[in-house]
Amino acid sequence: MHSHFSVRVAEVQQGEGKMKITGYCDKLSAAPDETIKFMVNCELPTYTVEVVRLICGDTNPKGPGVKETVVKTPIDKTYKGRKQTIEAGSYVTIPSNPLLERLGSFSLQALIWPTTPEKGRQMLMAKFRERDKAGMALVISERDSSVGLVLGDGHGHEEILTTGKPLLAREWYFVGASYSAETREVALYQEPFAHYPLVSDAAEVHTKTKIASIGKNQSPLMFGACRSGTGRGKLDSKYNGKIDRPRLANRVLSRAEMEMLKQGPVPVQLSSAVIGSWDFSRDISSLKVTDTSPNSLHGEVVNMPARGMKGYNWTGEVMNWREAPEQYGAIHFHDDDLYDAGWEVDFTLTIPAALKSGLYAARLKAGAEEDHIPFVVKPAPGKEKKIAFLLPTASYMAYANEHFATNAALVELVGGRLAVLDKQDLFLNEHREYGTSCYDSHADGSGVCYSSRLRPILNMRPKHTSTLGGFGSMLWQFNADTHITDWLEAMGYEFDVITDEDLHYQGFELLKPYRVILTGSHPEYHSRQMWDAMMAYQLHGGRLMYLGANGWYWRIAYHPEVPGLIEVRRNEGGIRTWAAEPGEYYHSFTGEYGGLWRRQGRPPQMIVGTGFTAQGFDISAPYRRLPDSLNPRAAFIFKGVGSV
Amino acid sequence: MLTVYKVGEHDRAVVEEFHKTPIGHHSPALQRVLNVFRSEPTAGKYVLICTKPHKQWVLGQLTGERGKPVKILKDQVFTRLEDAEREVFHCGCQRVHIRILARYP
Ligand SMILES: [Fe+2]
Repeated sequence: MHSHFSVRVAEVQQGEGKMKITGYCDKLSAAPDETIKFMVNCELPTYTVEVVRLICGDTNPKGPGVKETVVKTPIDKTYKGRKQTIEAGSYVTIPSNPLLERLGSFSLQALIWPTTPEKGRQMLMAKFRERDKAGMALVISERDSSVGLVLGDGHGHEEILTTGKPLLAREWYFVGASYSAETREVALYQEPFAHYPLVSDAAEVHTKTKIASIGKNQSPLMFGACRSGTGRGKLDSKYNGKIDRPRLANRVLSRAEMEMLKQGPVPVQLSSAVIGSWDFSRDISSLKVTDTSPNSLHGEVVNMPARGMKGYNWTGEVMNWREAPEQYGAIHFHDDDLYDAGWEVDFTLTIPAALKSGLYAARLKAGAEEDHIPFVVKPAPGKEKKIAFLLPTASYMAYANEHFATNAALVELVGGRLAVLDKQDLFLNEHREYGTSCYDSHADGSGVCYSSRLRPILNMRPKHTSTLGGFGSMLWQFNADTHITDWLEAMGYEFDVITDEDLHYQGFELLKPYRVILTGSHPEYHSRQMWDAMMAYQLHGGRLMYLGANGWYWRIAYHPEVPGLIEVRRNEGGIRTWAAEPGEYYHSFTGEYGGLWRRQGRPPQMIVGTGFTAQGFDISAPYRRLPDSLNPRAAFIFKGVGSV
Repeated sequence: MLTVYKVGEHDRAVVEEFHKTPIGHHSPALQRVLNVFRSEPTAGKYVLICTKPHKQWVLGQLTGERGKPVKILKDQVFTRLEDAEREVFHCGCQRVHIRILARYP
């Protein structure tokens, strides 16, 4: 049907971005006898599961076609569907404690760098139960974007008192509040570090509240969000921005006393007043959050807020948080951070001993709806074949759930054609709680430096097309790599599949048994462990077939404590979708300098003989042979390929 | 806008080239026009939504607001990606008052 000359705006149809079945698994690879857990969200009454060996996921009628073969396993069954949702948003949580529960009068203080002060209510420090309005919270207020104190009596009544001076985004402030249970007097402090002509954002307010005593509650003390009244793990009033050096005291502190607590350790004369004094510059590589007061009210971060972030006192003279951790006492919270979706397990698969190594998926079907949860079966130790396909799972994670087409709309320029969205793209656009890729920016505009695989990664799927893929099949990363598995199968090669994550944790030992390793089409992200292992493999005579481009480009780190989490810092210059802030170029996970490997003396040429110079996403074109390709030593590679 | 270049009727010569090759390598004159068209702000930007893999697409428009559903223009259905490119190119031309003298067959 040919279209009309002018585009008429037809009615807007909402809700096209629906996927009624999605899922993920707890590991991307497993050897025979190891068990994988699968978590499924299904909005239809039932769904069926089969395991398929994935050969090719390209739906292009001009291509090889979709190929997957069903493998009988004990999980082939019909399962009851249940809805499982994701709650994104990062915060610090400190378990409730009698010291916290006994509070009558109190003082709260912190240094903050808000990024979306106009967003509505945002929790900075909260010991608050929404259900019956019990407790207190230092907030950015929904009323006027200024700092406020929320007091709740535990009988459904709350009062918010604010400074009335809107905060500027991306500026440091000292903020504090105190409440006297005896006199009902409240003090509020809001002090900017930078002063601009015509801006009035400093305030000190002394007032009285109607709340005679704050309601007792067993909710945790939280920084960056609070729990909402309904539902397990549901959050409310999520904060965007940094918090540095939060403090809590059990009485009204004067402004001078707050100043004594602002910087470092608790002074002796205030030690009986201080309930908690948290130092985020400790344990930067950890989930742990340390209280340096004698009460040891330690906690942890949830959903991976950014750590190793510049604090209020960063001088600009130090670039590495390990050299001056006291200048990196800030955590940057985002309302769309996500580490672990935390869904209930729906079924598990113990890899049968007879299942040969390869790329597989749990194929879920519910009515006309379908999703694939891919996983890799590794060879049993000692049973390795001669060929291994190294699946670039670190690169899949960096690109996980990207929003190229719907956020920045850059793809039309770099792709030389209109962005084409499929069901996954539409779903991810509307379901921001499924998290971001390391190409996206957070809702507050800051770059995404972490990515997790403990959530459905909907662009790591067969049949998925990508706005970045070349004109034609439009494949990128995972689904493009199924052309490699298809080729291996078509040629009848016996091969194993291993993953980046296996390489990171097992190193050179993983590669030793193989005569040749094949890369994926876009093996871009590598940790030091992965890089060293691949270099060692080649120095020991191993052969590497580089079947892609943009390889060995960015440096990443895996989290030292928890699985399935990587970090990328987009440092310095070059082609990047966001830029790391000056002074935030070092990985929080390891203290390693992040960014491009080639800026650290390890250009991709050292591993694969060639390196990235420029990019384009429009049309695919063939290679041209150069004179050196006629060298007889390379003849075996060019057998059957035309001459120069 | 990435460029200070102003597209207008003086660019009409590139229309025929785009008709012939909507996707591929373009002359500098056509590329200059496309760079302007494709640098429009996200709000209202045209995209395609695949309704049958590699067979059918419908035109949509981004809202420019994070998380808002893509507006789907249900009467703008295409069975060839090149036709969709021509359609959106014509819209761009209209906006800058380039007359389309002949439509692509
Ligand atoms: Fe890339």
